[in-house]
Amino acid sequence: MGEFKVHRVRFFDYMPSAIRALAFQPQREKIAVARTSGSVEIFNCADRFFQEKIIPGREQAATEALAWVGDRLFSAGLNGVISEYDLENQKVKYTIDAFGGPMWTIASNQQGTHLAVGCEDGTVKLFEVCEGKIQFEKNLAKQKGRILSLSWHPSGSRIVAGMMDMIRVFNTETGQSVHRLLVERGIGASRSVECVVWGVVYLSDGTIISGDSSGKVKIWDDLTGTLIKSHQVTKWDVLALSVSQDETSVVAGTSEGTVVQFQFLSVVLGQEDKEWVQTRIFKNHTHDVRAVLELGTAVVSGGMDTQFVVRPLLDKIEERGPECVLRKIQFPHRSLVSCAKKAGLLLFQYPGHLELWRLGESDGHGASGSVLPVKRKPEKLLHLKIKGEEHICCSAVSPCGEWIAYSTVASFRLYRLHCDNNNVSITKVSKLPKVLSSANQICFSSDSSKLFAASTCSSVHVVSLSQTVHKFVCTLKPKSGSVQAVHLLAASEDGKWLASANSDREVQIYNLTKMKLHSTVPVYNSGVTAMAIHPTTNNLFMVHADQQVFEYSIEEKKYTDWSRQVQRNGLHYLWLARDTPVTNVTFNPKNPTHIILHDAYMFCIIDQTLPLPDSCSQFYNQLTLRSLPEKDRTKHSHAFKMCKTFKELMFVELMEDQSLVAVERPLVEIAAQLPAPVRQKKFAT
Amino acid sequence: MVLHSIGGFLVHKMRDPVLDNTAWLKTYYYYYCYFLCRFLICGSGDSVKVFSTSTEECVHVLEGHTDQVTGVALNPANHLQVYSCSADGTVRLWDFIDGILIKTFIFGYPILSLYVSEKHAGNFQLLALHLPKVPDQEVEAKDMFAVLCDISPNPGSTAFGQGGEYIASALGLRLNVYFFRKQKTYRFSLKATDKKGAKNAFTCVACHPKDDCIATGHEDGKIRLWRNFNQKKEYTYSTQHWHHNAVSSLCFTPEGMHLLSGGVESVLVQWHCEEVNKKDFLPRLGGAISHIAVSSDGQMYCTSHSDNKINIIHCSFKLSAVIQGLVKGNIWTDLVIDSRTKALVMNGRPGHLQFYSLQQDKQLYSLDIVQQEYIYEEGLDQFEVMKAVFDVRGNWLATVEERGRDSDLEFALKLWGFNESAQSLELNTTITAAHQDRITSMCFSPSTETTMLVTAAKDGQFKVWLLGTDSETQKEQASWSCDFVGSYHGLQPTNCCFSSDGSLLAVSFEEVVTVWSSDTWGLLTTLCQPPGPIRELCFGRLSCSKYLACLHLAVTCFLFDKLLEHVFVFRPSEPRPLFTQKAVCEGKVQRCVFAPRAEPLDSCDERFQWLNRSRLYYLTEKMELLSFSTQTEDERILKSRKQLLVDDSVAVTPFYLLLGKHRRQQEEEDKLNFMTNQVSERTQHPQASVAVKEHVLFFFFLLLKIIVLKIVLFSFIQYGTSLEEEWRDTQSKLLEV
Repeated sequence: MGEFKVHRVRFFDYMPSAIRALAFQPQREKIAVARTSGSVEIFNCADRFFQEKIIPGREQAATEALAWVGDRLFSAGLNGVISEYDLENQKVKYTIDAFGGPMWTIASNQQGTHLAVGCEDGTVKLFEVCEGKIQFEKNLAKQKGRILSLSWHPSGSRIVAGMMDMIRVFNTETGQSVHRLLVERGIGASRSVECVVWGVVYLSDGTIISGDSSGKVKIWDDLTGTLIKSHQVTKWDVLALSVSQDETSVVAGTSEGTVVQFQFLSVVLGQEDKEWVQTRIFKNHTHDVRAVLELGTAVVSGGMDTQFVVRPLLDKIEERGPECVLRKIQFPHRSLVSCAKKAGLLLFQYPGHLELWRLGESDGHGASGSVLPVKRKPEKLLHLKIKGEEHICCSAVSPCGEWIAYSTVASFRLYRLHCDNNNVSITKVSKLPKVLSSANQICFSSDSSKLFAASTCSSVHVVSLSQTVHKFVCTLKPKSGSVQAVHLLAASEDGKWLASANSDREVQIYNLTKMKLHSTVPVYNSGVTAMAIHPTTNNLFMVHADQQVFEYSIEEKKYTDWSRQVQRNGLHYLWLARDTPVTNVTFNPKNPTHIILHDAYMFCIIDQTLPLPDSCSQFYNQLTLRSLPEKDRTKHSHAFKMCKTFKELMFVELMEDQSLVAVERPLVEIAAQLPAPVRQKKFAT
Repeated sequence: MVLHSIGGFLVHKMRDPVLDNTAWLKTYYYYYCYFLCRFLICGSGDSVKVFSTSTEECVHVLEGHTDQVTGVALNPANHLQVYSCSADGTVRLWDFIDGILIKTFIFGYPILSLYVSEKHAGNFQLLALHLPKVPDQEVEAKDMFAVLCDISPNPGSTAFGQGGEYIASALGLRLNVYFFRKQKTYRFSLKATDKKGAKNAFTCVACHPKDDCIATGHEDGKIRLWRNFNQKKEYTYSTQHWHHNAVSSLCFTPEGMHLLSGGVESVLVQWHCEEVNKKDFLPRLGGAISHIAVSSDGQMYCTSHSDNKINIIHCSFKLSAVIQGLVKGNIWTDLVIDSRTKALVMNGRPGHLQFYSLQQDKQLYSLDIVQQEYIYEEGLDQFEVMKAVFDVRGNWLATVEERGRDSDLEFALKLWGFNESAQSLELNTTITAAHQDRITSMCFSPSTETTMLVTAAKDGQFKVWLLGTDSETQKEQASWSCDFVGSYHGLQPTNCCFSSDGSLLAVSFEEVVTVWSSDTWGLLTTLCQPPGPIRELCFGRLSCSKYLACLHLAVTCFLFDKLLEHVFVFRPSEPRPLFTQKAVCEGKVQRCVFAPRAEPLDSCDERFQWLNRSRLYYLTEKMELLSFSTQTEDERILKSRKQLLVDDSVAVTPFYLLLGKHRRQQEEEDKLNFMTNQVSERTQHPQASVAVKEHVLFFFFLLLKIIVLKIVLFSFIQYGTSLEEEWRDTQSKLLEV
């Protein structure tokens, strides 16, 4: 496997923000996740919950709720505006002020014709969804107290609103309130505090289910407006509710970090009359669960502890497969770290600023696994705060370490770094070509002479960089005419090739000498999570969300023999069962047959000369191999060499001087920065 | 003569050992209870007992089974009848109001538990489960068919479901639900452990009486409520967790409003089925809860405990009655007789001494020695009473409590005085560091002038403690203080003993017996008795008080061969056993004691004369307290029981009384006839043992001494002057040999 000097980098203080809302798009099986930073992420349920798109947030966005209308995604927030997102270009399309003060909730009807928003001033506002815009239609009868949750009856004729101390049912035709359901407050000290109905669900049989701050899930009948049953689920708040498509299961997220499931079961087996019965409790969170989704086959939850948790419901899944694992998504599925291989610099991307660090040095030699003495400590060279409200969507540092580029939704900036001895200064490149208004992905060529910026409609702008003049060279466009944004770029070492991958799962290869499209890799039905071009053979190496690996020979425009062998043999089931995607691929120039890749919990070296593991061989065999004598090792070793020495990995790269950089972000450090969870009595305390 | 086993709730009758040596009965302390509002019915040993829930008295003893009663269940067709099943392979139907056996069903296989379903009326359904082949049989009248295989022998792990539609049974990690109508079994398995290290094995099962919901208890204290279990995949369960150790019993109330659970914590937990998070607790009930039962109207709950106790709890969660038998547990103290109450004193609840009346066969009271809250946790080292000694008049009790192993041993010597006005023992003095090391022996001086206690400990010293008013503190109440510390060549004292007048103290130091004057505390003489250290030491009584007996100079001793379980009764005058009894019980005899009778017995039979003034009680490994008694005595007990029967009968009409009397008379006549038969048989018995030569027997005796690992008992009670004369003769004889 080889020996590396490893820089264990732990000074990237990446802090994800809390999940505020979840929305499910059933036709395309996509989940939109809104975070408190205002960013919205799109996960694809069908593709192993791969994070396909990230719409960067902005200051004071305060998104509170999300709603899908067909393929269109809307959000409402405490800033009082409704936003529609441009999912192709990963930005906000437009915003419209609802003129009702801060908004707590947004809900769309099943017909996809209307949106309802709940406002601070106690109004429920209906908006008609039109082509390319939304149009205010009417206010429902104004109430005292804010509207915190909304749910449409599947027929669209009624809507239920959760408020302070009460639930109201409105007729959407007349706009009048039909029922007023009073929700009792908690007992004891919380009696003086208003009971907040955080979530309501309106079922097609007329049952209303509510979750409130007294910790109860209540089941109401809308015909009579009476309470049928009340379940005390927690001592704290029930914050979120979600019902499955077939209306047989409801999940509730609580402040204790639990998700409680209710099922519509017949009390006496074989009989028709059914009841809502509390069944399972899932405890995968340490903090408030602010949003839940019941997908039928899985329960998705997110909350203050920033984790996106997918808990499969094994009783609903027909066959056991990679979908049956509990997933906890902590980190974004794309790299927030870029690295200047030659200069030994690391660029960390935070939402509001960039940090440039110089790696430490050590000249010591030690045994395997030992800690080397540090000659020069790692040094923070630069803290670059961005202008404006928008958050950074992508950033890059050139391999020589001279250029830093970043882009927000609104602007693109390029900086030149001057580094003489200990004096670090940057100058902003002022005269940039006009086309570089914003970018979805930025990449530098290996000699740092060119800048590639991915833009709208999968196009890539090429700009040549020099000391004085920065010239726009051309725009590379795919032939497919895809409108999706590019999320990965990879330039070859010799400067001849550029590969781009977009959300339509297309991978284009451009010839940079001729400045035109060279070839298109056959479309595979899973998104590309990481790719890179081999420095010597110019093979494009791709890893997909379903853990498949492909190697594509650019020159011959076909998959390599090794890649076809991998497809023929099939990968080891333990490799396919890994629950986090590979986020970076890199190569070892000294050892051209080695490919280094990593996901959040391991890094792996694929040795193409060794045989592939078959299903009966031991996959994680590093320890076994070490115990064997030298002669037997070759017999037992296979192509995948896994290393789990490092904690949660965000980035792994091999530097010019053969040292490995591993950027770790231990989850305990993230957990330490979270606010204290609600107090819970534990046994024997 | 008849052997009695004590420690159920009433004296337990056993068959004559002379006639029938094969079937010895055991008293189990496991109670499978079933009860109505006014009566509690439970299996105890080989009988079924009926208790009144209000007075705690035993109303009836239903006898007839010849082996351990394993289950009782009310007849769903007639609530005045009860079924009981037993390991002898029979199921019996009783009228428990009158105490009449109605029917006996014979199956021929040992039956481990019994479940009755209401809906399968007419003839009851029965699930007979027996271990060797492990089939599970359902019986209608006489033909049976197997319902489920692989059934746990634990009766709590099988239960009938709502309306008798299905039966749920758990074994290990699997729950089986059998639907009678579809004749189909659904199996649900759990993983042995999950990531958090939970132990998922099932321990008990209960079915909701109205809904299709099965509650299961698990080894790690979780309770799962299963629903939708007629589906292979889409079954579902919710989990509740309060118990920190295995849930031992679960029970739904008849209306299904509450679920009761209990475990080793001895806390009864009431879960509200409507609101899952709400629960009520009733703590400090006694030993680990082994079984929970609810009365058919839901007004009363009852819990049976591992320490031989039944609590009757009102549905408002208030304790209403306690039925306490002989507390089962580890016994470290010798069996001691309190001369005041004539009660047997031994370890009871953890940290307590129990006073168990042998005459009334019930616990008088429990004295808290340790006076610390007992915490139910495995492996937790807690104070335990290791020794208890009464003085001759029963005015003083000395106890030793210990905690820890050799290195970190903590112990305290406590002295309890009898308070005449309160009529109870009160703590007088606590001596925390009486010795450097463990106390091995202690005894009170029998002298009437001084109240004196001698303790011998492993630190090589024996100490004399005197009761007296402390001159410095001027306290009104007299307290104990150390008077003298003695040692002998640094050897460890093993035993100590006062002569009957209290003038001499004998202390054995390994192989040497030292005799001290109690006036001057001067060493009078030493006696050496090789080979081997001295195990027991005792002065002779009355006229033979000049003799000192140690180990093999047994006076009237009972040797319990630890391997063979024989009882030997010796008379001081004769080297051969007076009485031998083979295989008195299963397992080893742990301890035994002579208890004086309230009134002496006149037995004509020479062989049982030694039983005239006292009774021998012995404790087996299984914590059964057994006793020998004669036939006549047995009759008396029987009579008193009948009396009780009449007194406590529910509806006593003159007609009934007449009938009852008539029946009793008849029974007694039968009994008499039976007895005469016995006697005639007995006389024909050849007396083979007498023919053996005396010296051979003596060697046998010596041999026994070596084989026998421990002579359990050495306390003895005089039998009459004639014995003492003989005793003197024996001494000389023994010395000659």
